[in-house]
Amino acid sequence: MNLKAIAKRVHKIAPSVKVEEYRGCVRLSGELESWDLIYRCGVAAVSKKSLGVLNDIKLKGFGEQPKKPSLRDDALEGSTPDVLIVGGGIMGCALARELSRLDIEVLLVEKANDVATGASSRNDGCIHPGIDLHLGQLKLHYVLRGNAMYEGLCKELGCDFERWAQTFMFSTKWERYIIAPLMLLKGKILGVPDMSFKSPAEMKKIEPHPPKWLTGAVYMASAGVVSPYKVTVALAENAVENGAKISLNTMVEGMEVKDGRIVSVSTNRGRVRPRIVVNAAGAYSDVIAEMAGDRTFTIHPRKGTDLILDKKKAYYALSSFARSYFAPLPKEAQEQTHAAVGHTKGGGVMRTVDGNILVGPNAVEQPYREDTSTSLDDVNAIIRKQKVAADELSAADIITYFAGVRAATYEEDFVVRKGIFTENVIETAGIQSPGITAAPAIACDVRDWVKEMLGAKERTGFDPVRRHTPKLAGLSDEERAEYIRRNPAYGEIVCRCEEVSKGEIIDALDSPLKVCTVDGIKRRVRPGMGRCQGGFCSPLVVKIIAEHEGIKPEDVLKGDEGSVILYGDSKKAAEVSE
Amino acid sequence: MKEYDVIVIGGGPAGLAAAESACKAGAKTAVIEREARLGGILKQCVHDGFGLIRFGEKLAGPEYAERYIDFVKALPVDCYALTFVTRLVKEGEGFAVTCVSREGMLDFKAKSIVLATGCRERTAKQVLIQGTRPAGVFTAGTAQNFVNLMGKMPAKKCVILGSGDIGLIMARRLTLEGAEVEGVYEVKPEPSGLTRNIHQCLHDFGIPLHLSHTVTRVFGVDRLTAVEVAEVDDRMKPVKGTERIVECDALILSVGLIPENELAESMGVKINAFTKGPDCDQTYMTSVDGVFSAGNALNVFDLVDYVSECAADAGRNAAHPAPSGKCVRLERGKGILSYVPHRIDLGKPQDRVVFFFRSAKDMDRATLRILADGKEVYKKKFAFLRPPEMQRVEMDFSAFGLNAGSKLSVELEEN
Repeated sequence: MNLKAIAKRVHKIAPSVKVEEYRGCVRLSGELESWDLIYRCGVAAVSKKSLGVLNDIKLKGFGEQPKKPSLRDDALEGSTPDVLIVGGGIMGCALARELSRLDIEVLLVEKANDVATGASSRNDGCIHPGIDLHLGQLKLHYVLRGNAMYEGLCKELGCDFERWAQTFMFSTKWERYIIAPLMLLKGKILGVPDMSFKSPAEMKKIEPHPPKWLTGAVYMASAGVVSPYKVTVALAENAVENGAKISLNTMVEGMEVKDGRIVSVSTNRGRVRPRIVVNAAGAYSDVIAEMAGDRTFTIHPRKGTDLILDKKKAYYALSSFARSYFAPLPKEAQEQTHAAVGHTKGGGVMRTVDGNILVGPNAVEQPYREDTSTSLDDVNAIIRKQKVAADELSAADIITYFAGVRAATYEEDFVVRKGIFTENVIETAGIQSPGITAAPAIACDVRDWVKEMLGAKERTGFDPVRRHTPKLAGLSDEERAEYIRRNPAYGEIVCRCEEVSKGEIIDALDSPLKVCTVDGIKRRVRPGMGRCQGGFCSPLVVKIIAEHEGIKPEDVLKGDEGSVILYGDSKKAAEVSE
Repeated sequence: MKEYDVIVIGGGPAGLAAAESACKAGAKTAVIEREARLGGILKQCVHDGFGLIRFGEKLAGPEYAERYIDFVKALPVDCYALTFVTRLVKEGEGFAVTCVSREGMLDFKAKSIVLATGCRERTAKQVLIQGTRPAGVFTAGTAQNFVNLMGKMPAKKCVILGSGDIGLIMARRLTLEGAEVEGVYEVKPEPSGLTRNIHQCLHDFGIPLHLSHTVTRVFGVDRLTAVEVAEVDDRMKPVKGTERIVECDALILSVGLIPENELAESMGVKINAFTKGPDCDQTYMTSVDGVFSAGNALNVFDLVDYVSECAADAGRNAAHPAPSGKCVRLERGKGILSYVPHRIDLGKPQDRVVFFFRSAKDMDRATLRILADGKEVYKKKFAFLRPPEMQRVEMDFSAFGLNAGSKLSVELEEN
């Protein structure tokens, strides 16, 4: 690799940064005052010939206290799983399920109080067609395979999946005649299936409310949508049904590495001695790789915010669409939009699998791995930007918004490989967008590697079909009546906006990966996800959890430990009980 | 399949009053309520002040509800509790109502429908509060449910955003229950709640009211630890540099009520832009013949007594529904925030029309005028008007000489 050329590029941005080669990687070190400079140095240090960028430049005065479970016990002490998966996002949960096909012992550890609490629940659930990727990227390889797997996977897991397609809309004649054919050609080269050009008249049949400026669109029929948190939970549940163990509130604190092998992994719940460690730690995947002595990349957290609109506005978009970014925006929109444009295709407008319209995301580089707070500037910028694509969009339609942190590497690609410097580690790192699409395909490769490394056999009796109650509001009256006949609690509606019954909530409380928090229930069956945002149902949900678990309402949490909802009896209630 | 003349959807104060009057008017009537008990939101409103107009005495919310429950229980009205309407469609001359309940799927038929579905609270995100997503952010109604129905405390030290009545009531309630209310913040330059509540709930307890202030951000990863408050300019936008961090463990929101009209909209009922409830005539019939609207679903009222009155009229009219005839629209003129009814149906009685309205701003000495074809046909003087306080006026529209081509408008003028 040409270290000199890399150093020159980096020093143009920040002369004080030390640039060196370390084990085939480009390592940057020093201290700078702005995160923007650090990020730009990292980008400048990317080289096809290196293994990756190790950006160890410190941000002056910066320190993020990672969230840690306070729990300390020895529940896992001395355990010897064949495979330890670090991280309970979609990657870790897809791995747990795939590995449960093998006759081995699988343990997944997750530091939060549930799976899917990070980026896996904080994204738009788009199953990407792959058109924005490049030949040679791991992302492309896994996205095409993952996309093709989703229909079958969701059938097995009992999750909603819709191929509602994606359209890339043009606002000028020249885009229609130049960009559209080039895009179709690119699709052919990349292997993206089912792409076609649609005229405005054809688009009108697909989207009854197309933007006024439309001159044509490239239509990608392979694009789909899922509920990303539901799929993640479903993968985890099916893994547990097939014998995998999931230990929540469990954080990896260190690893003992000897002679190129991980000997043990210490956690707040004891020391684990796995034969293989799979790194699926998302925004912390470089930290875990470093512990394992196998780091060749750096995660630079990239926040994205999405807005969710009322289901009443579902007519805005029947598929998912974005305005082509080749033609300049109308002049007045240009300046306003500037703030929202970052390292993303630019986001768009899409219909979620639950029938809401989702708008976004944007992309903002930040040093924090866990800061998922939102800001008014981001929300306003997204509205202004996407208003160009969907002119009826209005802030009054927003029911909520959320932000997530993408685990991006400087190479902007996934790191999916066996260990280079440590023999019993497998990296599934840097799994950011389109990670939901890719994760099931990545998990298949890792399963094959594990199978070969351990000489493992297939498990007899693996059942890919998750036991679950279907979403009752989606059934016919006759089917629904039959469920209610068997269990009247299915006829008791708790969440009016999403029409969730008490029976469905109790099923979630009895599920294989039981998480008895308001957010845990919300992630599984969606009470509180509608337009009143839990205003009516949250007291009921608290009550149902408390009754079912035999605990006091004040012991029911919203999510992680410390997320107390109630502080005990009111004065009046205390008097009455005396 | 059970058939009724009138099905009332919602068993709160509006639904109960509508069912009582529909039944007394001779209609075979049913009430469908999604909660386990009748009474609606009144069940958790343990403070008094309800019923001064209707019963001439001060009742607590549950007592007021109990009176109407007793009225309805004394009549041959079928009440379906824990029953949730999933579908409402026009079918032949009437309506098909599909419900889900513990007994299974229930199908009903009705000649007319009264929608008494109440309202919901605007949430933190709907007023664009930013930051993290901790526990400890509650709408005032949710906090009230926790305190009054469950007997549990959702806060030790809280900030209240919005001076709507529920926010004010909760400021007092939480204080009485031992929590500290740091202050009530109101984005508008004047309070949103009733004057009596400002005095009885804030002044009497020494709770500060910060007008022209809002909450912009919440902090805390698991439980709320602080909020950021800021002054706002005359366009209600936060002023940079005026931000202040207030440490607290809860943010309670009383930032507006939105009539619940999802069922109405599913039938194509036209919604009025100013009340956010159905557009209606003087019989409270919506734009869909046979569908009536009542109570806070029609128009967010300040007093339950008015809810009962309007719902009783709606129920009575629903018992003998007449199709929509030639209507004259009542246009919104200057000084008026919102009002009902929105149109006068010339084919229906017009002699005793109850007109409810709110002024667009605080006004000292104002005149309400009805203009028909440019002529003043009605005038009434008011000493003092405030937007939170709904005004009720009875009018005889038959005296205004309306015909199908008439232009009708209502306006307020400050003197």
